[in-house]
Amino acid sequence: MTSDPAMDLLMWARGPGFQIATVVLLFGIVLRIVEILALGRARDLAPPKASPAQSGLRTVFSRFLPRHGMAMRSPVIHIGGYLFHAGFFIVLLFFGPHIQLFEEGFGIGWPGLPSPLIEAVTVISMVALVAVLIARVRDPVRKLLSTFEDYAVWVVTFLPFLTGFMAVNKLGLPYTWMMALHVLSVELLMVVLPFTKLTHAVTFLFARYYNGWVNGRKGAAT
Amino acid sequence: MSHGRAGAPELKDSLGATPDALADVLRRRGVSRRAFLNYCSLLGALMALPPALVPRLAHALEGARRPSVIWLSFQECTGCTESLTRSHAPSVEDLIFQSISLDYHHTLQAASGAAAEAAREHAMKENAGKYLVVVDGSIPLANPGYSTIAGISNKDMLLDTARGAAAILAVGTCASYGGLPKADPNPTGAVAVADLITGKPVINIPGCPPIPVVITGVVAHFLAFGLPGLDDLGRPLAFFGERIHDRCYRRPFYDRGLFAHGFDDDGARKGWCLYKVGCKGPVAFNACATVKWNAGVSFPIEAGHPCLGCSQPDFWDGGDFYQTLAIPTENVAGLAMGAMAVGAGAGAAVSALNTAKRKTAKKAHETVTIENLEKPKEKAET
Amino acid sequence: MTAATLERGLTALKEHIDAPVAAFFSSCVHCGLCAEACLFYTETGDPKYAPIRKLEPLRRQWRREYTLVGRLGALLGLIKPLTDDELAEWAHLIYDSCTMCGRCTLVCPVGNDLTYMIRKLREGMAASGHARKGLVEAAKKTIKLGSPMGVQLPALNAQIRRVEAEVGLPIPVDVAGVDYMVILSSMEVIQFPEIIGALARIFDRAGVTWTIPSSGFEATNVGIQIGSRDIAEEIVRRVVEAAEKLRVKYVISPECGHAYVALRWEGPNLLGRPYRFEVIHLMELLAKLRAEGRLPLAGKHDQRVTFHDPCQIIRRGGIDQEPRDLLNEITEDFAEMPDAGIWNWCCGGGGGVSAVDEAEHLRTKVFSRKMCQLDEVHPEQLVTACANCRNIIEEGLEAYNKDIEVIGLTELVAEYLAPDETAPAEGGDGS
Repeated sequence: MTSDPAMDLLMWARGPGFQIATVVLLFGIVLRIVEILALGRARDLAPPKASPAQSGLRTVFSRFLPRHGMAMRSPVIHIGGYLFHAGFFIVLLFFGPHIQLFEEGFGIGWPGLPSPLIEAVTVISMVALVAVLIARVRDPVRKLLSTFEDYAVWVVTFLPFLTGFMAVNKLGLPYTWMMALHVLSVELLMVVLPFTKLTHAVTFLFARYYNGWVNGRKGAAT
Repeated sequence: MSHGRAGAPELKDSLGATPDALADVLRRRGVSRRAFLNYCSLLGALMALPPALVPRLAHALEGARRPSVIWLSFQECTGCTESLTRSHAPSVEDLIFQSISLDYHHTLQAASGAAAEAAREHAMKENAGKYLVVVDGSIPLANPGYSTIAGISNKDMLLDTARGAAAILAVGTCASYGGLPKADPNPTGAVAVADLITGKPVINIPGCPPIPVVITGVVAHFLAFGLPGLDDLGRPLAFFGERIHDRCYRRPFYDRGLFAHGFDDDGARKGWCLYKVGCKGPVAFNACATVKWNAGVSFPIEAGHPCLGCSQPDFWDGGDFYQTLAIPTENVAGLAMGAMAVGAGAGAAVSALNTAKRKTAKKAHETVTIENLEKPKEKAET
Repeated sequence: MTAATLERGLTALKEHIDAPVAAFFSSCVHCGLCAEACLFYTETGDPKYAPIRKLEPLRRQWRREYTLVGRLGALLGLIKPLTDDELAEWAHLIYDSCTMCGRCTLVCPVGNDLTYMIRKLREGMAASGHARKGLVEAAKKTIKLGSPMGVQLPALNAQIRRVEAEVGLPIPVDVAGVDYMVILSSMEVIQFPEIIGALARIFDRAGVTWTIPSSGFEATNVGIQIGSRDIAEEIVRRVVEAAEKLRVKYVISPECGHAYVALRWEGPNLLGRPYRFEVIHLMELLAKLRAEGRLPLAGKHDQRVTFHDPCQIIRRGGIDQEPRDLLNEITEDFAEMPDAGIWNWCCGGGGGVSAVDEAEHLRTKVFSRKMCQLDEVHPEQLVTACANCRNIIEEGLEAYNKDIEVIGLTELVAEYLAPDETAPAEGGDGS
């Protein structure tokens, strides 16, 4: 009773926890990038029809848009996917306390969005995540493709939204507990990111570039 | 009516006098019934009592016998006593405090030395099982000699005094949670009251210092209704049930994302939220934002300073006072660079192994021809 | 020479896993969109045909062999190596139900080139002896006889003589120093020899000097389909040697999808050197001749036609506008199918699937996709630019009892060559 376990946990999360998470995240990302790039690829001797590098860069951006007919075939994955990704970045980058984190870390800040808006985006993101989870369980293809990792990663992605929302709205445990859990959940996300499919957050750049490179040099659509 | 030091709690002229009822004392002191009822209403509101209970509170308080109080001061700064006695012009809560039978208080009592200790022992014997012990300050365990009174270590005095007490009030963050003396690296091995007391109710009234009306309010509650409901940190829920953040008048600015980024910027002048200059309001449970200080004049946030969260355990070690709560406490830039360097190294090592493996695979490549496209016969037939 | 073993297959996979493969597998989020792009899934509804799942053996090999986590897992015995039985089980997914049409590659939100990986995975399958029998037989025939259908020079000569008699033009064989060398798929030689006559007329009209080589005339390359660089190299070398011996400036890749991939894109890498000639696809050449005014066209085809896009030429070859320009020029009623162009659906028989007996039933089933597309436009004729597509579509239409004529674009173009004043008029009966 004479020390606050919630505050102790929060302090751990802000201190050693954050240190560990940062170290694992950065170690992992650099490791994975080196691991991938160092595998290299053979020089292509066939004369290109178009600039492969240009096509690679174009593909990095063009794949942000839905592809022909796909949105109609998989509406939940598309709508849910866009909402979640947009929501993730809006909440991460435009919630006042988060901005403060960047200000402290990188020395640059920017104006935030009002809390009610952030909360609305959080709820939308969570709904989107639930929707894509349901779509994963119900669609035979995604169900077949899914492994333990897919579900574990879903949980790890969902938790920061949930704990953040609960902390701000004083739901569940007392605020300090929720705050500590929120920070810890983000740290969990940071730790698993380099070693799960969440790596796509970084490697999609390479994947798209390679795809654009390989096919663009043939003059083919990418 | 005197106030301040002159209005110090009435010390009993003679040892062993029977305490009067509270109402009598108040009347003698010239407190009108209207003022008393106003005070009861205020307390009731503060404690979130249903309005119907206020008359019961008044009645109970009026009839309550002046409790004998033994006030022990250990590793402390006397700020808590100051808060109570010098806060502002005399008020009912001041008088409530005055009306208790304060039988022992280092700072306030006239007696000294053996006489003082005798007063304490007498009060303990006289009111055995009924007196209240108020403690301010933490107790050093690293060495009993760090803090003694009349040759008695704090720990011994606390345990001795608490034995016959009805309840113990740990006033201030030092008594409640160890406070400043316990701050890292805690050179005296300071602990809180609750760390030493077992089998007796301990009510924590933290704050550095606590709000005066909260101290008297808890006493009033104790007198009227007995032990108040406590949160998981031993604090009366009636006063510590809500976060500063939730009752803060600057909260709308937080919700709109409008923050002061310094103490002299535009945001600060416009009175915007102090979250980004380190306000601990979101994790601090106290009544400052509602009761305020100095007879309701103001409170730190209103004065433009972020809440330090002084009513929380270990607030002194909670990172920079002027740093936002969720901000990492450690600078990770160096670690980050190191992690990336190690990652690159590990990546290079794995890649070297990978390259060797691929070279081996290339060397081991046997030309695929139409003769070896199929499995050996016995297998191919399966 | 040792026989195919699991070990050899795994070694081949280790050899062929590169940075793109690692980036692709690292990025997959199991969203399943590739399945929606694959006709083997859309037409069967069977989730096992999800393209990324077909690549599971390659993914496991990559993870186990080339990632720190996988290497540690393998050391601790947590990540099991691939087994021969698993590869055998996967043969159906890798050979029977993937035409390497590249539609999945085009939809993947993280940009994975699944086709690129199927090609690599087949290297491991072939080396471990899991290639489909039909493809193995085709490979044997190609290596031994020169063509997957066993077409040899006498057969070609016979067709050439027949065509010469029909169009009244000489078909040059083994003429050194000409600009263009024509190679053909054996499907064309046997089933659609009209293409030779069409070429003769077009080149005659355009004043193009050309020749057919007496050896190395086979354009198809089963090595690409079965997934063996070694075999592919041997086959492509024949063409390259013929072209370099005849000192031609260009080799024309004919109306055959994967032949274009083999010669134009894989060939130099298989040989390990650039060619001493250029490879041009027939569609590109026709477009070039038209642009130069050397391909005068007259008259309009009055049948309702649609165009089936051969995957390797259009989607993966980028030659999507040329055939359309030609069709717009010579037809009155050209209707595009839904998803036409780079998004067109595969005929279902590309990438070697047409040679796999085990795939025949499935191939016919998934042709329903093409039927749906055709039902939207009701063409009288379907034009395409790939002999294999043409063959598969003819079979499919027959299976679905649909009476649509399938024709090659080059032949159609030849029909609408403007009459030459200096020579007796030919063709142009459409107007």
